[in-house]
Amino acid sequence: MSQPTALKEKLDHLQHHFIDSDQQFDAAKMGMWVFLVTEILFFGGLFVAYIVYRSWYPELYLLASTELDTFWGAVNTFVLIGSSLTVAMAIRSAQLDQIKGLIINLYITIGLACVFMVIKYFEYAHKFEKGILPGSYYSYEGIAHEKANIFFSIYYMMTGLHGVHVLIGIGLMIWLVVKAKRKVLHSGYYTPVEITGLYWHLVDVIWIFLFPLLYLID
Amino acid sequence: MLPPQKSTLAEGTDALFHFINITSVILLIGITIAIVYFSWKYRRRSDNDITPVITHNSKLEITWSVIPLILVMIVFGWGLTGYVNLSNAPDDAYEIRVVAKSWLWEFHYDTGFVSVNELHVPANRPVKLVMSSDDVLHSFYIPDFRIKADVLPNRYSSVWFEAIEPGESVIFCTEYCGTAHSNMMANTFVHTQEEFETWLITAGSADDDMDPVELGEQLVTRNACTTCHSADGTTLQGPSYQGLWGAERTMESGETLTADENYIRESILEPNAKISQGYQPVMPSYSGSLNDRQIDAIIEYIKTLQ
Amino acid sequence: MATKEATTSVKKLQVKRFKPDENPEKHYLNQETGIWAWMTTVDHKKIGLMYLASITFFFFIGGMLALLLRTELLSPARSFMDANVYNQVFTLHGAIMIFFFLIPSVPAALGNFILPLQLGAKDVAFPRLNLASYYIYVIGALFTIFAIFTGGVDTGWTFYTPYSVTTSGNVMAMTFGVFILGFSSILTGLNFIVTIHKLRSPGLSWNKLPLNLWGLYATSLIQILATPVLAITLLLLTMERALGIGIFDPNLGGDPVLYQHFFWFYSHPAVYIMIVPGFGIISEVISTFSRKVIFGYWAIALSSLAIAFIGFLVWGHHMFTAGQSPLANMVFSFLTFLVGIPTGIKIFNWLATMYKGSIDLKTPMLYAMVFLFLFTIGGFTGIMLGALSVDIHLHDTYYVVAHFHYVMMGGMVMAFLAGLHYWWPKMFGKMYNEFLGRITCGIIFVGFNMTFLPQFVMGAQGMPRRYFNYIDQFQPFHQLSTIGAYVMGVGFFIMAGYLLHSLLKGKSSGSNPWGSRSLEWQTPSPVPLHNFEYTPVIINGPYDYHKPMSEFQLGIATPHNGHDHHAGEQTNVSETEKEQA
Repeated sequence: MSQPTALKEKLDHLQHHFIDSDQQFDAAKMGMWVFLVTEILFFGGLFVAYIVYRSWYPELYLLASTELDTFWGAVNTFVLIGSSLTVAMAIRSAQLDQIKGLIINLYITIGLACVFMVIKYFEYAHKFEKGILPGSYYSYEGIAHEKANIFFSIYYMMTGLHGVHVLIGIGLMIWLVVKAKRKVLHSGYYTPVEITGLYWHLVDVIWIFLFPLLYLID
Repeated sequence: MLPPQKSTLAEGTDALFHFINITSVILLIGITIAIVYFSWKYRRRSDNDITPVITHNSKLEITWSVIPLILVMIVFGWGLTGYVNLSNAPDDAYEIRVVAKSWLWEFHYDTGFVSVNELHVPANRPVKLVMSSDDVLHSFYIPDFRIKADVLPNRYSSVWFEAIEPGESVIFCTEYCGTAHSNMMANTFVHTQEEFETWLITAGSADDDMDPVELGEQLVTRNACTTCHSADGTTLQGPSYQGLWGAERTMESGETLTADENYIRESILEPNAKISQGYQPVMPSYSGSLNDRQIDAIIEYIKTLQ
Repeated sequence: MATKEATTSVKKLQVKRFKPDENPEKHYLNQETGIWAWMTTVDHKKIGLMYLASITFFFFIGGMLALLLRTELLSPARSFMDANVYNQVFTLHGAIMIFFFLIPSVPAALGNFILPLQLGAKDVAFPRLNLASYYIYVIGALFTIFAIFTGGVDTGWTFYTPYSVTTSGNVMAMTFGVFILGFSSILTGLNFIVTIHKLRSPGLSWNKLPLNLWGLYATSLIQILATPVLAITLLLLTMERALGIGIFDPNLGGDPVLYQHFFWFYSHPAVYIMIVPGFGIISEVISTFSRKVIFGYWAIALSSLAIAFIGFLVWGHHMFTAGQSPLANMVFSFLTFLVGIPTGIKIFNWLATMYKGSIDLKTPMLYAMVFLFLFTIGGFTGIMLGALSVDIHLHDTYYVVAHFHYVMMGGMVMAFLAGLHYWWPKMFGKMYNEFLGRITCGIIFVGFNMTFLPQFVMGAQGMPRRYFNYIDQFQPFHQLSTIGAYVMGVGFFIMAGYLLHSLLKGKSSGSNPWGSRSLEWQTPSPVPLHNFEYTPVIINGPYDYHKPMSEFQLGIATPHNGHDHHAGEQTNVSETEKEQA
């Protein structure tokens, strides 16, 4: 349980109810994992709605999915996977006390996340133009199925909620950049990077499920 | 503790109910005796009482797990058998179509006749009700018969029963459906087979000879108009009939009109076409259940309510 | 673990006995004072008290709403309320009692206070998240209050579609308020799980964990798994109203039964969130006031987990008449019976704990006995409702209303009151009037049965629930029920009186008025700011009454008591003598 005869700043992060840094780090990681489980259940409800309506109207899904641009969806998939890589590299940088590297990797991750959102913006805008809007605002005539609005309602809920989570992730990573610049993060304390990384990986994994289920079924 | 057994299904349900009740009471008495007796017999004598270190007893643990398990499995099986009975109408059951609308029940018979809030059935013959809702969820419940099913807007549900003797039984709506949920009651009239057939043939035509005003007054009660429209000026869900005829009324849209025959007729057939100012668009349509003669009679009745 | 390098710096840890101060001068209530200190506190004890105050407030509001309903129901037709108002009142009564009182009551109020103490920890794992949970609760409550004053909600606390999509009133604000509140519940559960895993004192292995904590642990598991599903359901419902999404509304192409599945997938486990912490309290109280080791420790601990698990599989028993397939009905009925067995096991284990005990019927114990009786009735009537054929008759009648009040109020509220009276001296260092405590318990017991027993009979006779008007034959039952409600109300007012008096003028309680062996009693009352002035070391189980009290007060001294890590020096523990005479 001994800590290196550490410099005063190195222990600034240690909260009073923890015995040592390791315990605090372990607790934070466990907490984030538990939170991720709740996120899985949260999105799980939407996946159930997807499954139920797909089992009732399978032809609707195949038909409506043609309206989704598979190419840009695939680009977004690679963008997110790439951002998961760079956030993992950010954690590695922190572990090696390479604060500059940490900041650069965070910036790249943020950049990729923004690319994701921009592509999403164009996808949505294109649909809105055609009249593919959520719920009772749906006015597109191009799909020969009376329940077309349901598919797109589910599409907008799932990708919309996912998008909100991407935005939150961007916010968290900006906060990490600020912390890194203030020299708060180092190899003895990089917990915020670790747990934000975990969160980001989940956001990525959820997209990896969304993409084939929505885009690749046509 | 239970309503009279008015259908062939009631006995089975009641028997299980009583079994569970009696078993539960016996167990509850046992537990209560243990609580009271132990509290007295093992009351604290001094601050230095020594208590034995009994941490567990596996045999006991298994016993009081297995015996309750057996009991509940019996209850499960019994309940399942009863349920299978309740859900499978005989193939030759007499079908009546039921439509639930906030806040009344319409019964459509195979002759085309429609009664509101009155279900007429023959005794000693299986009857199957095929039900749907025009708006929100409702639930059809006849306590005396021990039957119930939710009534849904996007598909059919059904119940069946065989009434054992002539008489009347109340029908409740038992899925909360808004303001007048607790007024959405109807009555079951169980007739002998001959009486039922007579009723079905003459139903509606009994009204043929009636004075229109008298007929109108009966119709507004039978068709649940009075649930929402009073005759004495009281404001309920809808405007009172008193003083309605010939009056100037303002609608939600701002337009004003005179309450004449056409207005009343439109309000009965297309109630949401014009909404009186200050009221909600909640009235169900009677198109299909009230014919022209009946609408005329209602208008004549309203005319008398000044 | 000794390596060559480490041999020279091996710490000698001397375990000593630390007897708690009977009259502490400084404690958590008089350190860090002032309203700002309270509003920004990260101390789990103060946060627990803030929750306690809030849930008491909401219990009062919910109770007043109940009295309003029952007064209206004295006569079969309209007495003083319109149907519209009545429908809003019963909706609010349910939503407030469930979401703003019951769900947070034991975990967030009593749990927050006691959990770290029973673990020997200085706080929960994430104290700031704990404060955030509280504020999230407050924000959720504000949305709901806002909904009441801007149109009201008359859908029932279950918000069934399509009525909840089409009715006027501010459904969106209330569902959004509950959605927000869900996060408070999730974060509390998260905090508790991590705290129990990571912040146990040396020697506190899982087999020595107090059953109260097993209960909170099982509850937390349910909270984190079930509440997110409620969140997505309410989000979808809000979107349904706002945008016409159409998943649940048949007018838009959706299915109302799907809504029910989504809703009950959370709301059934929710009832276990409400009761399992209560089970934990009962274990503590019965063992302490029988001064005897708990009988069947593992049976009770594991049964909480079993209930949590099976509880996720039975939601369809709320929907036997809804139009599910007969196969679904059969499966749900079968599993429902299974979930009753672990609960029965607990009741028998608790009775066996009393056998040959040294029983002292103080107020907490009296409430525990009341719990045993009333909850058993609630449980048996649950079995009745689980039987398919009988449920067809009883569903949506007052029988169901009576059943859930017996388990939630006769069970959970009584367990909560047992816990409140048990830990009152720990929280405030004061005793309350024991005589009044017992009398009130009696009044509430009588009032409760008067209120709800007639409802079983009414329900079996066919009286539907959520009814503003009713037919004449039910009037005597309704009147008896209303009188009972007023009797209960009187009981609660007396309780408020003597508890308030205790706060202002109560006798000092000392650290351990009940002679319990559990860890929270081995520190002064009221509790010091950082809970323990040392690191507790556990060598016995919390119910080992055959061991002397001194063996439960062992610990390792920690200079600076956890502060000043920044000093950086190696602490030379063995040299520090901290034993107080």
